[in-house]
Amino acid sequence: MNAPLRVPRDFDSGQEVRWCPGCGDYAILRAVQKTLAGLDADPSNTVFVSGIGCAARLPYYLATYGFHTIHGRAPAIATGLKLANPDLDVWLVTGDGDGLSIGAGHLLHLLRRNVNCQVLLFNNEAYGLTKGQYSPTSRIGTVTPSSPAGSVGHPVSACRFALGSGAKFVARGIDTRIAELQTTLSAAHAFTGTAFVEILQNCIVYNDGVFSDFTERSVAAERQIHVTHGEPLRFGPDLNRGLILDRDAFALRAVPIGPGGVPEEEVLVHDQSNRGLATLLATMEGPDLPLALGVLFAETGSIFEAEVRGQVEERGDLPLPDLLRRTSTWKVSP
Amino acid sequence: MQPPAHLTPSTGGVVVRFAGDSGDGIQLSGMRLTMAAALGGKGVSTLPDFPAEIRAPAGTTYGVSAFQLRVGEGEVLTPGDTPDVLVAFNPASLKTNIGDLGRDGLLVIDSGTFTARSLKKAGYNENPLETGTLNSVRTLTPDISRHTLDAVKEFDLGQKGSLRCRNMWAVGLTLWLLDRDTIEAEGWIRSRFGDSPVGNANLAALKAGHAYGETIELPSLDLLQTRTGSHVWPPGDYRTVTGAEALAFGLAAAADRTALDVVFCAYPITPASTLLHHLSAMRRRNIVTFQAEDEIGAACAAIGASYGGALGVTSSSGPGISLKAEALGLAVAVELPLVVVNSQRAGPSTGMPTKTEQADLLQALYGRHGEAPLVVLAPKSPSDCYATAIEAADIAIRHMTPVIILSDAFIASTSEPWRLPEPDAPGTNPVQFLTDPENFEPFARDPDTLARAWVKPGTPGLAHRIGGLEKSAGSGGISYDPDNHQLMNDTRIAKVARVARTLPPAVAEGPDDASLCVVTWGSTFGAAREALARCRAAGTDAAHIHLRHLHPLPANLGELLTAYRGILVPEVNSGQLVRLLRDRFVVDAESLPKVTGKPFRVDELVGAINAKAEALA
Repeated sequence: MNAPLRVPRDFDSGQEVRWCPGCGDYAILRAVQKTLAGLDADPSNTVFVSGIGCAARLPYYLATYGFHTIHGRAPAIATGLKLANPDLDVWLVTGDGDGLSIGAGHLLHLLRRNVNCQVLLFNNEAYGLTKGQYSPTSRIGTVTPSSPAGSVGHPVSACRFALGSGAKFVARGIDTRIAELQTTLSAAHAFTGTAFVEILQNCIVYNDGVFSDFTERSVAAERQIHVTHGEPLRFGPDLNRGLILDRDAFALRAVPIGPGGVPEEEVLVHDQSNRGLATLLATMEGPDLPLALGVLFAETGSIFEAEVRGQVEERGDLPLPDLLRRTSTWKVSP
Repeated sequence: MQPPAHLTPSTGGVVVRFAGDSGDGIQLSGMRLTMAAALGGKGVSTLPDFPAEIRAPAGTTYGVSAFQLRVGEGEVLTPGDTPDVLVAFNPASLKTNIGDLGRDGLLVIDSGTFTARSLKKAGYNENPLETGTLNSVRTLTPDISRHTLDAVKEFDLGQKGSLRCRNMWAVGLTLWLLDRDTIEAEGWIRSRFGDSPVGNANLAALKAGHAYGETIELPSLDLLQTRTGSHVWPPGDYRTVTGAEALAFGLAAAADRTALDVVFCAYPITPASTLLHHLSAMRRRNIVTFQAEDEIGAACAAIGASYGGALGVTSSSGPGISLKAEALGLAVAVELPLVVVNSQRAGPSTGMPTKTEQADLLQALYGRHGEAPLVVLAPKSPSDCYATAIEAADIAIRHMTPVIILSDAFIASTSEPWRLPEPDAPGTNPVQFLTDPENFEPFARDPDTLARAWVKPGTPGLAHRIGGLEKSAGSGGISYDPDNHQLMNDTRIAKVARVARTLPPAVAEGPDDASLCVVTWGSTFGAAREALARCRAAGTDAAHIHLRHLHPLPANLGELLTAYRGILVPEVNSGQLVRLLRDRFVVDAESLPKVTGKPFRVDELVGAINAKAEALA
């Protein structure tokens, strides 16, 4: 393989980055730039479309085509863009408020239609740009300016929302695990169809440490499982724990492997084509189970814009004068 | 020299209304009569009038569907005020329509349906055929049900299936009344049903109805007697067309001219969906249709398509247009071409979805957040939708702006004869996308139009970012600078205002010395034109200015209006254009409002014009 011709710096637009110092978005921007360089992406054929929110500023910082649109509507705009030009490489950037609250309806339809693009959903469980209100992914009891007594209402899980919407590629990453994120984003890019990636992103100002239960270096090995298609679902400091299917509870269970635990061959092997398994993996939220990271699900299917364009082709083409006369006509002679 | 044809529209002709249950095939029957008249070289204008319910309970007054058409010699601009002939398929349709039938009008009813049960369902305590309440009109009371059953007996369709042919029996009889033969209707039945029992039964019913008229020696209505128009049809190929069809053809013509794909994005809504249907069925490789998940999605997908280098078009009716408002703000801010079709309906809210109104004018002009100017056009008739769609696309592209087309439920569904245009050859007016990276700035402007350049993503060396945040003039970078925001607002407003430079001047038709001018827009054109012709014939002269361009207004309009001592503005709303004229030109324009869900009747306008003219005298 040839060395990439481009480097991450080639994807820096030069626009001054205006996120808060220490924001997880910086790491994600870095991962995206590294991914694009690794793919040797053509900046002229790459488009980043975003909605509104902190995450949605990302396109301004990338030296590709970019369209910062309106709150929640980026999926619809990206769909129109792909219908107009299916050859463009389109990335969609959204957040938990943008994608799962005001724009949840559009996101659902993008995912079920399977438009060929990548969706990056930055989940920080808060509204950052509007000064810290609780979001649809905030856990119950989250104290914010709009929920001084703690938020009520059950949070939505981004990955389960995507799976339930019929998404054909669902993955999860963490902002600061840049190398792993780059691998996941590259896999998303390689996938033909809507590739949905939830990125857990730390909001240092309004929700600092909300994911530290999973992301702190000291607990990472115990609390994260990095899934790979065809590999056993193992985790822990020495990969000494594994996931098995508890048939009575119809749920996953984390168990020690080896003496005192289960034999190695009983540990589940990750099958990314299994939507049921992906749903169980996406459902793991602790404290007894690790957080699943990597590609949870991938299944190929027909591509929306290709199907639409195919039907248009099949419909055929009649010159307008003939179209106008596809009905009863009469002639008035001079 | 002959005056222009449209100054002498027909004021005569025969008006026929079919009314029955929404499942009686009323609309289909109306279209057969329309086609038969048009193919015979008559002028014709139609008014479909149906309930929002798809199949309301049979026999109820709220389930009545109607179709009115006016047939005459020459150019027929309106479907007529009062029917000369009312064909009522059941007591409920008699009840809801008899009040409109003119004195000495002809009432045809299916007496077979006047049973105690259906009379009660329609709210009649007594049979109106027996109470003398119908004495002011001529009545013809064939048992259409029985005649139809007899005519189609041999096809074994059963009672219910046989009675479905009643409408064709009535079409046959009405064609006799109009002195038309049944050839077109026969051809249609054959193409629709083929050589099937249903097709043959419909043919038999059609012929039986026609023969009935002949047998009872029913005199034909004399169209020539009522001829007043001096219109001569220009030579050419003709067809009938509805506004929705003409818009679809206009968008196809725009795609051809500009060598662009049209990406048409819509969400189902009455009465706008017809346009989505026509375009989805159109055999064109340069028309892509997308049924979006909602109105907002449709508007946004259209913007995405325009961003991608196609012509994005979105379409809806009032409530749906409200939902698109935020997206229109984005299109204004990023200065992309976009065509928005609003088939206006009676509001507010769900209102009366199948009824017409012109009440979204101020919404189109002002109904957005911030200073968000865009271009607003309105077609005046079904066939005019063709040229309007082409013009909207041209303006949107040349000036890089959203353009709203204000059609309405009346224009969308009414039909008229149309002399087929000669469409421009594909690629006549191709779009020039910017491809030169030299000194590229996304918000650099054409000094003449002030439009920015259109750049397609995928163009090498031109990668750039746009968005809803305020942009720095020229570079397009994010800017919160106060002076820059003033400049960008001023520029966006000036850009749209400059569209007026390319518009034809407004024209006042009628006598130069008139002291009264009637100003109209949109579908009120036909009724106003006909009313003015009638007034003129009776000795009252007034001028007429019809506006296709609502924003910007034609540059000469203010000067033109100062020539009149009186200005009357009829519109199917509570007075919207009149506010605009008063605001812009400080003229003493008087409103003639109407919001009943129906277009103006000609006699309403005649009365108002005469009253205003008298007051000025």
